[in-house]
Amino acid sequence: MTEYPVPTSPIFGRLTLDALPLHEPIVVVTFLVVAMGGIAVLGAITYFRLWGYLWKEWFTSVDHKKIGIMYMVLGIIMLLRGFADAIMMRAQQAIAFNGSEGYLPAHHYDQIFTAHGMIMIFFVAMPLVTGLMNFVVPLQIGARDVSFPFLNNFSFWMTTCGAVLVMASLFIGEFAKTGWLAYPPLSGIGYSPDPGVDYYIWALQIAGVGTLLSGVNLICTIVKMRAPGMTMMKMPVFTWTALCTNVLIVAAFPVLTAVLVLLSLDRYVGTNFFTNDFGGNPMMYVNLIWIWGHPEVYILILPVFGIFSEVTSTFSGKKLFGYTSMVYATVVITILSYLVWLHHFFTMGSGASVNSFFGITTMIISIPTGAKMFNWLFTMYRGRIRFELPMMWTIAFMLTFVIGGMTGVLLAVPPADFVLHNSLFLVAHFHNVIIGGVVFGLFAGMAYWFPKAFGFRLNEFWGKCSFWFWVVGFYFAFMPLYVLGLMGVTRRLRVFDDPSLHIWFILAAFGAFLIALGIACFLVQIFVSIRDREKLRDVTGDPWNGRTLEWATSSPPPDYNFAFTPVIHDGDAWADMKSRGYTRPLEGFRPIHMPKNTGAGIILAGICLVLGFALVWYIWWLAALSFVALLVVAIGHTFDYNRDFFIPADEVARCEAERTRLLAGQVQA
Amino acid sequence: MSTATTTATERPVFYEVEEHAHPEGSSTALGFWIYLMSDCLIFACLFAVYGVLGSNYAAGPGPKDLFELPLVALNTTMLLLSSITYGFAMLTMEKNRVRQTQIWLAITGLFGLAFLGIELHEFHTLIEMGATPQRSAFLSAFFTLVGTHGLHVTFGTIWLVTLMVQVGRRGLIASNRRRLMCLSMFWHFLDVIWIGVFTFVYLMGMLR
Repeated sequence: MTEYPVPTSPIFGRLTLDALPLHEPIVVVTFLVVAMGGIAVLGAITYFRLWGYLWKEWFTSVDHKKIGIMYMVLGIIMLLRGFADAIMMRAQQAIAFNGSEGYLPAHHYDQIFTAHGMIMIFFVAMPLVTGLMNFVVPLQIGARDVSFPFLNNFSFWMTTCGAVLVMASLFIGEFAKTGWLAYPPLSGIGYSPDPGVDYYIWALQIAGVGTLLSGVNLICTIVKMRAPGMTMMKMPVFTWTALCTNVLIVAAFPVLTAVLVLLSLDRYVGTNFFTNDFGGNPMMYVNLIWIWGHPEVYILILPVFGIFSEVTSTFSGKKLFGYTSMVYATVVITILSYLVWLHHFFTMGSGASVNSFFGITTMIISIPTGAKMFNWLFTMYRGRIRFELPMMWTIAFMLTFVIGGMTGVLLAVPPADFVLHNSLFLVAHFHNVIIGGVVFGLFAGMAYWFPKAFGFRLNEFWGKCSFWFWVVGFYFAFMPLYVLGLMGVTRRLRVFDDPSLHIWFILAAFGAFLIALGIACFLVQIFVSIRDREKLRDVTGDPWNGRTLEWATSSPPPDYNFAFTPVIHDGDAWADMKSRGYTRPLEGFRPIHMPKNTGAGIILAGICLVLGFALVWYIWWLAALSFVALLVVAIGHTFDYNRDFFIPADEVARCEAERTRLLAGQVQA
Repeated sequence: MSTATTTATERPVFYEVEEHAHPEGSSTALGFWIYLMSDCLIFACLFAVYGVLGSNYAAGPGPKDLFELPLVALNTTMLLLSSITYGFAMLTMEKNRVRQTQIWLAITGLFGLAFLGIELHEFHTLIEMGATPQRSAFLSAFFTLVGTHGLHVTFGTIWLVTLMVQVGRRGLIASNRRRLMCLSMFWHFLDVIWIGVFTFVYLMGMLR
């Protein structure tokens, strides 16, 4: 029988002072830097007396725009953490040759590659994608907020608390050493008795609830709250991709929840779902986690396809080519994404028939994706293309993603996969599509919608620096991995014996260094843009000559988004309005019905964080207490019936008059 | 400029002058239904796990050694009756009778508690016999599937009590009706899941 770790104290569970990683200089230094940074930020907030403002205007806000922005901030902060892990791995692999062990001990290195993957997917890509959807979708469909504004706030804080739990594992105890999907039996209690996997489980469970609820919320919003006249086939493509993405979220995340519950039962209760004895079956876990995991990659890429569609059409000055086929391609990808999960483990030994089925479905997905590619190309064809930053990212994406797609089709061939499975070729492939697709797309989206969110554009020069460092850095970092993978190097290795491989790892490390410069330029870009915001100011609300409804309102939009609900006649609603002589209404404003802010979301999520921490460390009394508190606060919140208010007509008139003044100033200048 | 773009045709309407009503909670039914479907997927996974691991007895007891069909039939009856009485609660709600609605809710809650009591009794008996969740993958899957359903019924009961209090305090106002309707969907959904459990776990288990 397996030995189970037991709590050493009734008060602190298995949390002891040994959990603080004082013996690891790298972690201690990281902790000092993070702690000093944290203290500086908290001190600054206190010094400038910003706590009240932050609490009232941001933390408790149910405004979809502010929640969207908070998601973006979370994603960017976690990108720094995830990238720090990446560059440490690259450095380790570049050093650990010719008898050198590198600078990372094995148990630390294993935590780093696990944390890198998990953080980049769940706490970088997901918040950035969800943030953009949150910000843009209600504006694009002419709505004032999402269907369930309180849930939206709660979802954000759940995601954040998941991220906080992962960060806590860096300094209190340790993180999982299992790889980002924590396959059993390695992640079982026998091989991973320490709290790392428990941190992994509870961070994902807490964040997963947030993701699921925000999925439900956005589906409802898109189905129920479109402006009059906007039929399904007149929705902007980004909204379409957001709809499909959220359908995927709602249909995939419950599987993750279920499989993690089963893993926790194995670890906490001693059940035998994924054990090697008593009838358990570890491959059950691998199947289930990929039934979630494959749709997950489409959850990330579909909205980004939407971003590229908006950007291509706007900066080519044309209607999107093949709107209908774009929508159908998106829907087909949504469905097919559930029929391919087994291609992640062809080597399971499920037999030729099963493998061929999943190989073929995988290859079929490249057809709708290819259709999209051609639609973007034909949109650009004979367009009046403006090579602004978002368009540059789009073109880099089209070139890079096609390479990633082709190596994907290669991996979809089961016999080839038997050779390349678990190799660096695979690592190169998925970074090729995730960086070349998702990350480039998110940068395009951020550059595109930044002026809408803040009322000024991003600095062009630093943006271009960031772009070139990222794109060149990507090729330097990952093309060598394709070569290494073809030579048979497996993933997650810490030291190497064969000196002939060394040069490729040095090239890859150089690539990671270039990407570091890309990220630095991005941060400088934000800083410089805020500094020069008056120069970069956009008062029109439509800096790119946009085509969809979000550009019809001011930048940043007022709390109520639109003073009057727009009526839609055409797919490119705003382009249609501009071409047919729309004039902005200047009077006759009505009071606007809006949801009230509430602190319930952050409080509930905070309790979940405590609950998660208590469960990780077996502090049973605290777990029970926080669970009861969770119930009490949640039920207490339902006794609050007074959840909405009206923005008075005077206030709306004042806001709109201000915009009129700004627009008039624009004409004079 | 306007003469060039608006020709003889009528000028299109680009915005609504009057606010159209957006009653609070107008998409709650849809939202809750989508949530239920996601919950349904959790059960789908647990059923699938039971389907795969359900005959891995690890040389331990199997369904025939453990299940007592008469007891499970009684349990099923409790849950089905609770669904009917919840239906009555909704009917009296439609007639705006606060007291009667509360009484039917209370009866529903009692049936729910009876169901939970019988289930706990069954679990207790099994564990006494040594058929614990740790004994085999079959028992792990069994306890998790049935237990997850039971946990849902528990939360449904807590919710039911909360709603009885809220109906008592505020009457059958629109938001309370909406909440009752959501719980109604939840409660019937659990009934449907139980039909699946009863069929696939208990009845088909006896045939194995």
